[in-house]
Amino acid sequence: MRLTCPVCGERDRREFYYMGDAVALRRPDPEAGDAVWDDYLHNRDNPAGVTRDLWQHEGGCGAWIVVTRNTMTHEVLETALASDVKGSVG
Amino acid sequence: MRFSGWKVIKEGLTGNRGWSAHWRDAQPKPEYDMVIIGGGGHGLSTAYYLAKNHGMTNIAVLEKGYLGGGNVGRNTTIVRANYFLQGNSEFYSHSLKLWEGLEEDLNYNVMHSQRGLINLFHSDGQRDAFARRGNMMVNQGDDAILLDRDGVRKHLPYLDFEQTRFPIYGGLYHPRGGTARHDAVAWGYARGASDRGVDLVQNCEVTGIDIENGVVKGVQTTRGAIRAKKVGIIVAGRSGQVAAMAGRRLPIESHILQAFVTEGLKPVIDHVISFGMGHFYISQSDKGGLVFGGDLDFYASYAQRGNLPMKEHVMEAGMTLMPMIGKAKVLRSWGGIMDMTPDGSPIIDKMEGIDGLYIDCGWNYGGFKAVPASGWCMAHLMATDRPHEVAAKYRLDRFRTGIGIMDEEGTGSQHNLH
Repeated sequence: MRLTCPVCGERDRREFYYMGDAVALRRPDPEAGDAVWDDYLHNRDNPAGVTRDLWQHEGGCGAWIVVTRNTMTHEVLETALASDVKGSVG
Repeated sequence: MRFSGWKVIKEGLTGNRGWSAHWRDAQPKPEYDMVIIGGGGHGLSTAYYLAKNHGMTNIAVLEKGYLGGGNVGRNTTIVRANYFLQGNSEFYSHSLKLWEGLEEDLNYNVMHSQRGLINLFHSDGQRDAFARRGNMMVNQGDDAILLDRDGVRKHLPYLDFEQTRFPIYGGLYHPRGGTARHDAVAWGYARGASDRGVDLVQNCEVTGIDIENGVVKGVQTTRGAIRAKKVGIIVAGRSGQVAAMAGRRLPIESHILQAFVTEGLKPVIDHVISFGMGHFYISQSDKGGLVFGGDLDFYASYAQRGNLPMKEHVMEAGMTLMPMIGKAKVLRSWGGIMDMTPDGSPIIDKMEGIDGLYIDCGWNYGGFKAVPASGWCMAHLMATDRPHEVAAKYRLDRFRTGIGIMDEEGTGSQHNLH
């Protein structure tokens, strides 16, 4: 699997650190309560198909990247800088 | 049909015409007392113990593919009870005891071989950690022996002891650990359940779970609706999708774990060995193949096949530890879908807020050895509505409350760290 870093271009998967579901871009309010924080920290949609997850180009420019890919085929559909995506997420 | 040495001799002399199918390929009925979703190791053992221990036989096991076609047929077959934390320790201890009586209980040869497991350590810190783990195992009533370097050399003379990068300081020896024939475990439980009246229904995919006013009424399947008073979800890597049918999200992320087997070789590796510095483990099957594996590919996947970087890493670790295997040809590699929890420990619990719905999942990369006790405890939970004492800590709400997190590896209770 190869990922395209929006800054550096297409690179080997080994240059990237996997953080998990891109849920991290929607951090709840500190006072949101147990259930909301449990959902944010632990519960996952875990889709068999298209998913969005967070990777860091730790072996390159260090950018955090939102990768849209298919968990059934390992096809990578889209990559974008997390800083850009975060602005468009409520 | 009962298996015995006498039967094998008789059939051998009379052309092997007296063998029959090991279980009934049942058609689904419109109603059961209980439905188990998932015909893998855990689902089949749950059905078996529901019938045997609790006298419940009006049960169906629904499998979307063929019996034992998932992770129970795709693992590295290791059986052990070397856990450290309370909650895990008593559970795996119970499971190992069930393994030790399993063949007699099932009248089925699961080829359980207690050849001994040696976890190698390569630093003073690792030695301390393993000494502590060994003491916990002994306190639990299981066996553990701390070997020094010469002790390891007696068992495993072929390791590369002279290397400077990862010198072998010793190993934690677990003599009762070993391997079993993974497919036979599924088949043995299937046969035992089927003989007691359980319907094993293959090619029957569950497409919906019927819930009315917070009470389970049954399931929708590709072979029609089936009513049931209780439903157990035991689908490993697919837990997320099935729980979603009941409107629930789970603390599960599905990851790929690869394993490998070489061509058949003459007996060379007598034990199960794990490398403490590279996440590599190996044993030799009775057919002669070296069966080995490593770590997860470390990203969410349902592909049942892995990527090249982890293959390379596993091969490198194997060559570092035992260069003698370098000329063995790898025949096959495959991947299983691991149901990873944040703390690396499993869940056997009721689905809170939905009467009659139960879940058994989160086996991470260690589900095979748990098959007997998981079924034993899930059957107990479904039949009595109370958790079994050795699985009492496998609660689903531990992530919400933070009480009872069982992070066996000590890496942190977070999805990408196990």
